[in-house]
Amino acid sequence: MTWTLLDRCCDRCTHSVENPCKDYVECRLNGPLCHEDERCRELRRRRLEELAYGEKGAKIKVPMASCTLAMGSEAVYNAVLEAVEKLGVEATVTISGCYGMDFIDPWVEFSAKGMPTAIYARVRPADVPKLIESYFIKRDVSGAFALKERTGGALGEEKVPLLSELDFWRKQYKWVSRNCGVVNPESLEEYVASGGYRGLSKALKVGPERVIDEIQKSGLRGRGGAGFPTGLKWKLARQQPATPKYVIANADEGDPGAFMNRLLAESDPFRIVEGLTIAGYAVGASQGFIFVRAEKPMMAKRLRRAVEEARKYGLLGRNILGSGFDFDIEVILSAGAFVCGEETAMIAAIEGKRAWPRQRPPYPAEKGLWGKPTIVNNVETLAHAATIMAEGAEKFAAVGTERTKGTKMFCVTGNVKRVGAYEVPIGVSVRYLVEELAGGPPDGSKIKAVQIGGPSGGCIPAALLDLPIDYETLQGAGAIMGSGGIVVMTEDTCMVDAAKFFLTFTSAESCGKCVPCRVGLRTMWNILDKITRGEGTEEDLHTLRQMAETVRSFSLCALGGTAPNPVLSTLRHFVDEYMAHIRDKVCPAMVCRALIAYRIDEERCIACGQCAMNCPVSAISRVESGKYRIDKEKCISCGICFAVCPVKVITKVPRGSLGGGHA
Amino acid sequence: MEEKGAPPNPDELFRGLQRAPHNLIEALRRVQAHYGYLPLEGIKMAADYVGVPLAQAYGVATFYHQYSLEPLGKYRILLCMGTACHLAGNRLNAEFLRSLLGLKPGQKTTSDMLFSVEEARCFGCCGLAPVVMILKPDGTNEIIGRANPRSLRAAVERYRRLERGGSG
Repeated sequence: MTWTLLDRCCDRCTHSVENPCKDYVECRLNGPLCHEDERCRELRRRRLEELAYGEKGAKIKVPMASCTLAMGSEAVYNAVLEAVEKLGVEATVTISGCYGMDFIDPWVEFSAKGMPTAIYARVRPADVPKLIESYFIKRDVSGAFALKERTGGALGEEKVPLLSELDFWRKQYKWVSRNCGVVNPESLEEYVASGGYRGLSKALKVGPERVIDEIQKSGLRGRGGAGFPTGLKWKLARQQPATPKYVIANADEGDPGAFMNRLLAESDPFRIVEGLTIAGYAVGASQGFIFVRAEKPMMAKRLRRAVEEARKYGLLGRNILGSGFDFDIEVILSAGAFVCGEETAMIAAIEGKRAWPRQRPPYPAEKGLWGKPTIVNNVETLAHAATIMAEGAEKFAAVGTERTKGTKMFCVTGNVKRVGAYEVPIGVSVRYLVEELAGGPPDGSKIKAVQIGGPSGGCIPAALLDLPIDYETLQGAGAIMGSGGIVVMTEDTCMVDAAKFFLTFTSAESCGKCVPCRVGLRTMWNILDKITRGEGTEEDLHTLRQMAETVRSFSLCALGGTAPNPVLSTLRHFVDEYMAHIRDKVCPAMVCRALIAYRIDEERCIACGQCAMNCPVSAISRVESGKYRIDKEKCISCGICFAVCPVKVITKVPRGSLGGGHA
Repeated sequence: MEEKGAPPNPDELFRGLQRAPHNLIEALRRVQAHYGYLPLEGIKMAADYVGVPLAQAYGVATFYHQYSLEPLGKYRILLCMGTACHLAGNRLNAEFLRSLLGLKPGQKTTSDMLFSVEEARCFGCCGLAPVVMILKPDGTNEIIGRANPRSLRAAVERYRRLERGGSG
């Protein structure tokens, strides 16, 4: 069996799970520390090289994360195994997480000694043999998407850009996501080789107070959206006399359009496990939980595996690294409720109750899980904590704004060229993220609005794109940074419909405990629905604002407290669009179905019959010319014909323009 | 393997789970995996195992949207209703599927129990919007990215053919 970095180098090494060595982590990379032996040193050097280039000097990496799997990376992986066998290429085939560049999924990465590491984008299983042959046999990289370095050792290097030169990469600041896409997320060894667990090792040596000092000095604030100073939260929990104490990692990432936590947990799970362990040590807890969102089971799978691996090498369990600190972690996969992201609801869920939030104070730091002092931290926050303990508070605080230090991961989705997750210093502008990194709308269309912060956030108009993103800065414009989900909307998005979409979400996810949230959101939804049907009045807008204020002011938890934001922000920045629906009975974006109709351009119709076949109400029939026509009396404007027409000759028109029928 | 629907042995079903309330969510999930839904006897089994009152476990069973108190179709078609998928047309896809499968308002599952159509929360695969996931009876799933009525009709027809072939 192969010797790994986690194993003992020789009989002089005394480390074992039962009798741990406090220098175990440092010793992996810079050892041996307790004895002098060039052979033991050489063993480490050789293994590190093997990790980089594989045991045979050549390595193929295929990403295995939810996003890449959805694009078929498993089929690519199988094709790689088959191809190396067939072509007789001696390469180690391994897996990784995801770089966050969804637009190149599924990708593969080849490396070999003396050659530049090359990333290939949007790979189909059928392409694989050809790619392997050209890289490993012909030593030609010309078909690659990007290279990680230049060595001059391969053909066609000059035709391929360096990854570090590409804008969307160069303009990021990879701090907490440094390992995503780089390491094998199932390998503790690779995590340690990348510098992992140095943070915990250091923490255990300096003691809990100095850990809290370091986190406070870094200025780290909760990355789940609320922005509470992490060090202070830990301090408050540490000061509590009651025991036992608990620490919880909030991995219930529920905002639609936000997947940075998923990416992190699937690509670098040990960083989160390490961060939670450090948090447990700092506050004096012996049990941690990671509560994972139901829709993201792969996060739970990777985290569970990471916990098991950490246990195996004594990084969880009794007397961790000889410090006397006992700590273990359980991973809980939710069964689906958005409100679980609220800390008191999450605590109720772990207690085996309905996940209802409760009044604060008392805050969980005082009375949390089973009435004991508990801290709940977002997984990105914990990953930051682990990185800060390893790298030092100064390095973390070197970027960011006056009020908020460090970096944050953002997910940019919707109508942009490069959908993905990006890590940047806090304080960059919205424009920086959606245009410079994500590339703006693909078809050259104009950005109309950017929705930030999920259902708790708001829509800001294109005119405000230069606002810097920080916890506080966006609030003035009616949005929040939140967990960092950014959805780009163009002219074909109806802002009333978008507001209604978010209320559909929040009213369904309201836990039902408080009347303003349970009934108020439903009432607001009804008004929006009426407006999208062209039946709204100006009086309705007044009621809508009033309801929004009521829900915002009188709901117990943040779900209700922030749910009106999408409505209030669209009313503020896009009131003209509301008025178009109300006064002119027109949906300017041609989305609201009661206000639009469909027409077939009979000149260009190819008479394939797809539209008629798929029409749910049989409103489309063949006319004498053999072409198709829509009966406007029967048509319900569902848009299925529009979606299925292979030659795109069905167009949307304002309903009023057809005359007759609906006024 | 045990036949679905037969009462399971709790010790086997909950193997590896500590008898503690924090495992209620997982215990219910296993019950649902066994029966295909959560019958009352299954909820009681989970409640007894982790040590909470049946009323509390029932409250939890009705709280989360991944649990179902009624039997679901053999193939569960989940449509992501995240922001990106909504903007990209999954509402339309849902309507198309419901009409294709002849589901009445409020009806989730076809009368032959072959398909269920459910709206789900964001899968976090926004780069592929709109996303539809089909959960298959063997526990695996098929993800359809950039789904549209044509690709969905093709998928439904493929599973129907598979079922016809399977039953001779």
